[in-house]
Amino acid sequence: MKMELIQPFINSLDAVIAETMGCSAEIADVTMEEGNYKRTGIAALVGISGEIEGRVILDMETAAAQQAAADLSGAAGNPTDETARETVCELTNMVIGNAVTQLNDHGFKFRVHPPEIYALDGGLQGAPDTEAVVLRFETPKGAVYLNIAVRYRQRRAGERAATRVLCP
Amino acid sequence: MEFKPLTCEDKPKVRFLVVDDSVFARKNLCKMVQAFGGEIAGEAGDGVAAIAEYDSTHPDIVLMDITMPKMEGIEAVEHIVRDHPDARIVMVSSVGYQDNILSALQKGARHFVQKPVKPEALYEIIRYVLNDKVAEAPATAGEA
Repeated sequence: MKMELIQPFINSLDAVIAETMGCSAEIADVTMEEGNYKRTGIAALVGISGEIEGRVILDMETAAAQQAAADLSGAAGNPTDETARETVCELTNMVIGNAVTQLNDHGFKFRVHPPEIYALDGGLQGAPDTEAVVLRFETPKGAVYLNIAVRYRQRRAGERAATRVLCP
Repeated sequence: MEFKPLTCEDKPKVRFLVVDDSVFARKNLCKMVQAFGGEIAGEAGDGVAAIAEYDSTHPDIVLMDITMPKMEGIEAVEHIVRDHPDARIVMVSSVGYQDNILSALQKGARHFVQKPVKPEALYEIIRYVLNDKVAEAPATAGEA
């Protein structure tokens, strides 16, 4: 996966965490993943379609999600699980929306779908020909994971055409 | 931060319709509206509900998300403005690329705010729109 596709998501997460939670987010680890993705805490998924296609998952440690919910809602006391889930959905929407804005302004045309809570415990099966980059960010309020599995649609179509020639 | 209460055509309070599929985002926007001295006339979670809610509440301002299920915000703007040409709609979305902004303005939206929303920025934009001003469309790739 090319860095030009990943960097906007990193920039966007950094900016959104700073704006909404008032803290920094440092990259602590980067791994590649081909198997199922098992969430760590509360996670939301956004699908992308167009010239670039795939999906991005934002996954927050439960404590970090609850702290974010408290910061964003400004409510006293512990936020409910439902509020923490809604917060993660909205943060995901902002991070991916801002990244998509940067990519679109660089000429990539595609659209995003509304975020969905990713509640599977058994893990999410990735597309067989797309590996995911998993970035772990450390914030003073807990870890945040960004799982990015996107690819160029045209290039994939080109690869399929080449495969048909080789294996008629 | 303290805000001077918004005013509109001698009405005691400016009435808002808040449209977003995220309950959390709606709650936050409603809280900002109340801090501006506004009143919530209605809420909706998708474009279809927004059109119905506009018809029944006739708000002074609509805060409209873009990416929503059933019907997206830009399509809802087109419907609302077709039936109510004076509608004042401000798009509030995390997806702020030029094509999207241009399309929303062409369909009749008055302005665009990118999420995460800063209350002071939203306040200034609402004041601007209440004075019946419209944002300029962003320059497209072909323009200088």
